[in-house]
Amino acid sequence: MTIHFVVHDEGDSVGVVVVEGLKASNRINGWIMDQDKMIEFDAKSDIPIGHKLAIKPIKAGEAIIKYGVDIGKAVSDIQPGEHLHVHNVKTKRW
Amino acid sequence: MAIDLKGSSFEGWRREDGRMGVRNHVIILPVDDLSNAAAEAVANNIKGAMAIPHAYGRLQFGADLDLHFRTLIGTGCNPNVAAVIVIGIEPGWTGKIVEGIAKSGKPVEGFAIEQNGDINTIANASRAAYKMVKHASRLKKSKAPLVDLWVSTKCGESDTTSGLASCPTVGNAFDKLWENGHTLVFGETTELTGGEHLVKARCKTPEIADKFQAMFDRYQRVVETNKTNDLSESQPTKGNIEGGLTTIEEKALGNIQKIGKKCTVDGVLDKAERPDGPGLWFMDSSSAAAEMVTLCAASGYAVHFFPTGQGNVIGNPILPVIKITANPRTQRTMGEHIDVDVTGLLQKRMNMDDAGEALLDCMLRTADGELTAAELLGHREFSLTRLYESA
Repeated sequence: MTIHFVVHDEGDSVGVVVVEGLKASNRINGWIMDQDKMIEFDAKSDIPIGHKLAIKPIKAGEAIIKYGVDIGKAVSDIQPGEHLHVHNVKTKRW
Repeated sequence: MAIDLKGSSFEGWRREDGRMGVRNHVIILPVDDLSNAAAEAVANNIKGAMAIPHAYGRLQFGADLDLHFRTLIGTGCNPNVAAVIVIGIEPGWTGKIVEGIAKSGKPVEGFAIEQNGDINTIANASRAAYKMVKHASRLKKSKAPLVDLWVSTKCGESDTTSGLASCPTVGNAFDKLWENGHTLVFGETTELTGGEHLVKARCKTPEIADKFQAMFDRYQRVVETNKTNDLSESQPTKGNIEGGLTTIEEKALGNIQKIGKKCTVDGVLDKAERPDGPGLWFMDSSSAAAEMVTLCAASGYAVHFFPTGQGNVIGNPILPVIKITANPRTQRTMGEHIDVDVTGLLQKRMNMDDAGEALLDCMLRTADGELTAAELLGHREFSLTRLYESA
């Protein structure tokens, strides 16, 4: 079975796409590393390899959690399965 | 099957100061940009000699000049170097660098261009280089316990696969090397932003934690003073963003995976400062790949671990750089730059312990003389860190 995305920790709000050419509407398999659990999802955007998708609903202004740590804030609402990157997330530093 | 690090050895060159090297370079080291042409001519004349040209060395002053001297002297003293020719425009600073390298006990000679011209300088330095390469080629390798191998790390063109897999691979190997008593280093001060509290918590004593925090805070002030609206497309870099890293916090958390889970941060170093004992050291440094690896070499490290996501192609003239990637596109499109393929981690075809062992196995082979991808492709990036403008 191909793993399409990987999540560091089950408390995280994002996963990372680890295959090339992922298309919207694909049913995709995710692996949560720290707890060694598999989850299934529908991708809502075309997402390049290495880029992130939301795995929880995120409201504008909320923290994005990865590695169990705050990595920045959403600047718009983000739906589960949606591409999450510089267009909808910003650093809290600098 | 885990590698028995305690029982392992490698064959390298035992230098006059007792350090073990894994390469046997004779280098032609310019003091300043003006002397690059002569240095390159000498290396062209004498096969087996290597010029290390660079852009600086004139009208620097204060701490910036100290760093220049420390980096060049440290490069000459590195155990991967058998002998050194120093060439400068004038004899004063040339002599200072010769004197610094001579303390290591290895053969070193200096040549100044003023009142000689390039042609005589090249002739004289070539005669000296001829003897040094002859000398170096006669040196015999000897066996040393693995713990004599100093290992540095810094990642580059990182992406999300770096934090998921290639940086944790280094972390796994670093935990094992640290337990075996190796001398290790990491750095990249601004690239810890968002995870600095995690590094601070790993410091062995409150004194070390305070020194680390002071170094971190100082670098933050440099960023705060000089930034425009933010550091977008510089930290994270354009390549990092292309690879899916969104914020500096996310990049930092991936970066920090390189120090594993067990290592404590046992001390802090200024740029190009040589550690005075084993353990994991933090060096206050730039996160630019060539600058950081050049500083590691100047501190005396003999082998470097370099995880990459999008495919940074960096090498160093004297420090073998071992590249590790977990990104299948990078492995597919630019595999000739990669020494350790850990793409299997992301599909559960490999576990982290196996990945760490694969890296340690590559390290052992590199220490015994196997060339790295960067060496085979001729990558010799030597970049001096500058602290401020010349006078």
